Amino acid sequence: MTTTTPQMPTTNVDGKTRRRAAEAAEEAHQRLSSPWASFAAIIIAVVWTVPTLGLLISSFRPQASVQSSGWWTWFTNPEFTLENYDAVLQGGNVNLGTYFVNTAVITIPGVIIPITLATMAAYAFAWMRFPGRDTLFVAVFALQIVPIQVTMIPLLKLYVDPPFGLPQLAGGDAPGGGFYTIWLSHSIFALPLAIYLLHNFMKEIPAELIEAARVDGAGHVKIFTRIMLPLMTPAIAAFAIFQFLWVWNDLLVALVFGGGSLDVSPLTVRLAELSGSRGEDWHLLAAGAFVSLIVPLVVFVAGQRYFVRGLLAGSVKG
Amino acid sequence: MSTGEKLVQLVIVIALFVGVMAVVLVIADRLKSKRGESLQTVAFLLPAVLMIGIGLLYPAVRTMYESFRNAASTGFVGFENYQTIFTNGDQLTVLRNTALWVILTPILATFIGLVYAILIDRSRFEKFAKALIFLPMAISLVGASLIWKFVYDYRSTENDQIGLANQILKSLGFDTYRFLLTDPWNTIFLVVILIWVQAGFAMTILSASIKAIPDDIVEAAKLDGVSGVRMFRYITVPSIRPSLIVVLTAISITTLKVFDIVRTATGGNFKTSVLAYEFYVQSFRSFNNGLGAALAVLLFVLVLPIVIYNIRQMRRLEAQ
Repeated sequence: MTTTTPQMPTTNVDGKTRRRAAEAAEEAHQRLSSPWASFAAIIIAVVWTVPTLGLLISSFRPQASVQSSGWWTWFTNPEFTLENYDAVLQGGNVNLGTYFVNTAVITIPGVIIPITLATMAAYAFAWMRFPGRDTLFVAVFALQIVPIQVTMIPLLKLYVDPPFGLPQLAGGDAPGGGFYTIWLSHSIFALPLAIYLLHNFMKEIPAELIEAARVDGAGHVKIFTRIMLPLMTPAIAAFAIFQFLWVWNDLLVALVFGGGSLDVSPLTVRLAELSGSRGEDWHLLAAGAFVSLIVPLVVFVAGQRYFVRGLLAGSVKG
Repeated sequence: MSTGEKLVQLVIVIALFVGVMAVVLVIADRLKSKRGESLQTVAFLLPAVLMIGIGLLYPAVRTMYESFRNAASTGFVGFENYQTIFTNGDQLTVLRNTALWVILTPILATFIGLVYAILIDRSRFEKFAKALIFLPMAISLVGASLIWKFVYDYRSTENDQIGLANQILKSLGFDTYRFLLTDPWNTIFLVVILIWVQAGFAMTILSASIKAIPDDIVEAAKLDGVSGVRMFRYITVPSIRPSLIVVLTAISITTLKVFDIVRTATGGNFKTSVLAYEFYVQSFRSFNNGLGAALAVLLFVLVLPIVIYNIRQMRRLEAQ
């Protein structure tokens, strides 16, 4: 796998650029003037947008209206209330605020820990010499493909009943109220892919740079902290956004390793429960869904540039 | 636990982690000798390798072992659990559904992503049009399932509808339909949710790939009078073939592991369960460890050839 920088449009407007721009415009015009093509594009765009829009509008409508008429009637009969959000965030029996905190508490270490460890391991694989390096790297790469389901039950047993008299991480009086198992699991599951991708980015850095630093007497730690980390920032950011979205949106890991305990369950667990037990309370579900998606959406939009580059790394060639 | 206590836990774990890592780095930095270098390697590598070994490798081997043992993991049953998966009626439904998911989702999501990428390529609204398709990727699968459950909401025909899909049926003069209850179509309606989420991913990668097709190839083809569908078939698709494979692979693997949608939308009822969800049910609800493990191993076996094919394609590409 290699990484390629996306092609940037040239900024100086020379003859060639102008000609290409004209051609592009003409092409776009031709394509858009084909009524079927634009019709298809619009249909796709509508199908992709309208379901979310419907839920968004519903989240601001009064309960009675949501349950008796379709959200599309809002356009002829606009109503607006924040009661639904008030109810899900603070209301007695739903109280998503607590779960929101749980999600945040799960996510922050769930991103920081694996990325730090993966960056260090990736550095070792890329720039340190030790016997068995290639074999070990291939093993790490291969472990990416183990679905997390395959590892869950034995891992859970290790947490509850660790060998060699190590402290229990889950069950009875687990430290940190049970957060540790979730943090640890997210970190473990993220490592192979993170090490693999960061290693690929690191290999792109010219070896001369490292060698020159070595000749100047810099040790691995100095090279890692002073040279690698600054150069790797975009790649690390890309993977951090990946990992953030993954952990924030996770349901399975939280269900299995949180054991359904209210103290550690994230938003997703609560929402899934709500949707099962009160399928008719669409006003609450709608508001709840938007509470849960606002943070990843902001992160996603803010980090889109890095995120897209991270997605494209290694996949677009020629 | 109160919110305050949770935040304290959060601060403690981060401080602990950063502190330990800082100490490790400072000590490693002082080791200058030849032996010191190998200790540095250990410091950089050991935490990650240890976590992967204990948290992934050991459990994976253990699960394979458990898949040959009985429900309570007390004795060996040979291939009985696997036999159950391939003979029991409920389990066969699970297999049928998994097959439907894995065939339909990657193909349709990739196809829609590709068509959309071509249609909006270099159009005036490209950025905005892309964002519309792209945004569902940021939504959790639980959130996406809720969004679509609302679209599919059922009320009998004579009532006012609140679900968009049934409102459309009603305005066209049809009876309303229980989208999530009627087997086998309900599985297809669940697949729609994942397609909705994944098409943005396909579109992003394929769009970048299309932009990377060299201009002279396109121009030469144009001079030869190639255009429209034939341009798509003979120039665009072959040029982006590597990206197509990456996209299909990634979506296939995601699809095999889909769990959240089934759990949120139907709870696996009405014959909608899939492998990844059935694993959870057998392991954590029915307490049938053996069968759960066998389902997990089957999941792994199904992922394996997809990944191997992908690696071989990559090798071939690199050899060129």
